[in-house]
Amino acid sequence: MARILAFLFLILGLLPAAGPARAGEIVGGLSQNRVSLTANFSGSEILIFGAIRHDGAAEEAAPFDVIIVIEGPRQPVAIWRKDRRLGIWMNVESVSMASVPSFYAVATTGPLSQILEPAEDAQYRISAAHAIRATQAVGNVDDPVLFTSALLRIRERAEQYQALDRWVYLDRDILFRANVRLPANLTEGAYTTRMYLVREGAVVHQFRTAIFVRKEGIERWLHQLAYDQPFLYGLLALLIALTAGWGASEAFRYLRH
Amino acid sequence: MQIYLPIAEVSANALTLLGIGGGVGLLSGMFGVGGGFLITPLLFFIGIPPAVAVATGVNQVVASSVSGVLAHLKRRTVDLRMGTVLLVGGLIGAALGIALFRYLSALGQIDLAVQLAYVVFLGIIGLLMLQEGLRAWYRASRPNAPRRRLHTHNWVHKMPFKMKFRVSGLYISVIPPIMVGILVGLLSAVMGVGGGFIMVPAMIYLLGMPTKVVIGTSLFQIIFVTAFTTVMHAVTSHSVDIILALFLILGGVVGAQVGTQVGLKLKAEQLRILLALVVLSVCSKIALDLLLRPDEFYSITIPGRH
Repeated sequence: MARILAFLFLILGLLPAAGPARAGEIVGGLSQNRVSLTANFSGSEILIFGAIRHDGAAEEAAPFDVIIVIEGPRQPVAIWRKDRRLGIWMNVESVSMASVPSFYAVATTGPLSQILEPAEDAQYRISAAHAIRATQAVGNVDDPVLFTSALLRIRERAEQYQALDRWVYLDRDILFRANVRLPANLTEGAYTTRMYLVREGAVVHQFRTAIFVRKEGIERWLHQLAYDQPFLYGLLALLIALTAGWGASEAFRYLRH
Repeated sequence: MQIYLPIAEVSANALTLLGIGGGVGLLSGMFGVGGGFLITPLLFFIGIPPAVAVATGVNQVVASSVSGVLAHLKRRTVDLRMGTVLLVGGLIGAALGIALFRYLSALGQIDLAVQLAYVVFLGIIGLLMLQEGLRAWYRASRPNAPRRRLHTHNWVHKMPFKMKFRVSGLYISVIPPIMVGILVGLLSAVMGVGGGFIMVPAMIYLLGMPTKVVIGTSLFQIIFVTAFTTVMHAVTSHSVDIILALFLILGGVVGAQVGTQVGLKLKAEQLRILLALVVLSVCSKIALDLLLRPDEFYSITIPGRH
């Protein structure tokens, strides 16, 4: 916490000296920019904070809003639709998308539709519906929109995509902060974090940073072994199984006598 | 306590995993089945990706079988010759199964194929065992009822390539055991099971083996086939999760030891009825999932990953 406060004071001190006057600037930071997936990883809470620099003239203008976007590494997906065939519910058709975020969270100071013009939302690809780039969907289906909206619905329910309205706390139009929870089932990679300064429905300024998520310790070692030396990994799995099975059998025999 | 599984890439509760392993291990020790037919669906239910559930389930069967097979070897209730013949078929079947698994995964139909296989095989086997168990129980309660013959001569005994299986007291063709082995190997790779639930009845009713060597011999075949399948899954689809397997195994080996002791005290026909009921309940749960209208018609898969 002390480090965060020190950082805040530092940027507050620097802000007045920075560059020529603009409509406003946003600068942010993270409580941690590294998340380690270890054996007992059960999700992680990240504090995102920052400050807004005002230009003197615009003091009486409309108040600022802040939008924070965290986007996980992109990955390809296939979306399947089930239908009834011969009395059984089975996958019948699919749409594939080459690159959609594995995680996506949008935290705002107010309801997104009220603080941001739809055109701006589309341009900066802020809401999840724009971030998945629905037009990239390919597949021999009548209505791909049903599939892309299913993607949003399923991932929202699984909390992989989150819309966190009124989640960002803005203090005296200068300091802002938000707590975002990263779930336990994270994909490895860089989670880009974008902070948008918004006034009267338009993006005024933005700031980017990233959170790096990677496996650590034995998890990392096993994952690498599984992909780099799969045969050795398979033998290791066997060895563990045989030792445990035989060991238990011996231990029980010893206990009985 | 939550545990992060490096290959499945999800977190799971350690106690849940130990519980699944322990409960299934108990059944495994009691009935001489690997228990994979319960482990794999249970892993689906707690959110493990199907490919990882199948491959890791197979690895767990190796551990739960080795303690069983050692116990049976000491009691000399393993027909090594029959076991070897079954194993030859099993390895062929497992290799075919791995190829089939990859093909169905690419088509997006692996989940359906696995579920259908469960419904069909568990349904048939469960009903057969229930009927047989109830008949035996009924006969046991009426001591003067006519005795059933040791084994009946059927089409199995008319095939060529006959071989003597001294421990089982059989002189039969090697073709039926090899066919049984192939089927079991195929199921092992596709369904993540040892295949005991189909091999045990096949050995009793089809091959006519005496009940006392059936469990040991099936475990002997299972341990080699599942070992082969584990390595094949690790190499072809990187889907064996050692951490997940470790928790299932820790629970499983303890359960299996307890189960073996319990199994010695229970009567064979009661054992069979009990197992039949377990098999049928798993079967109907999976069948309902296929037949009932799902809440969500869409699902997401990530190509190239499990």
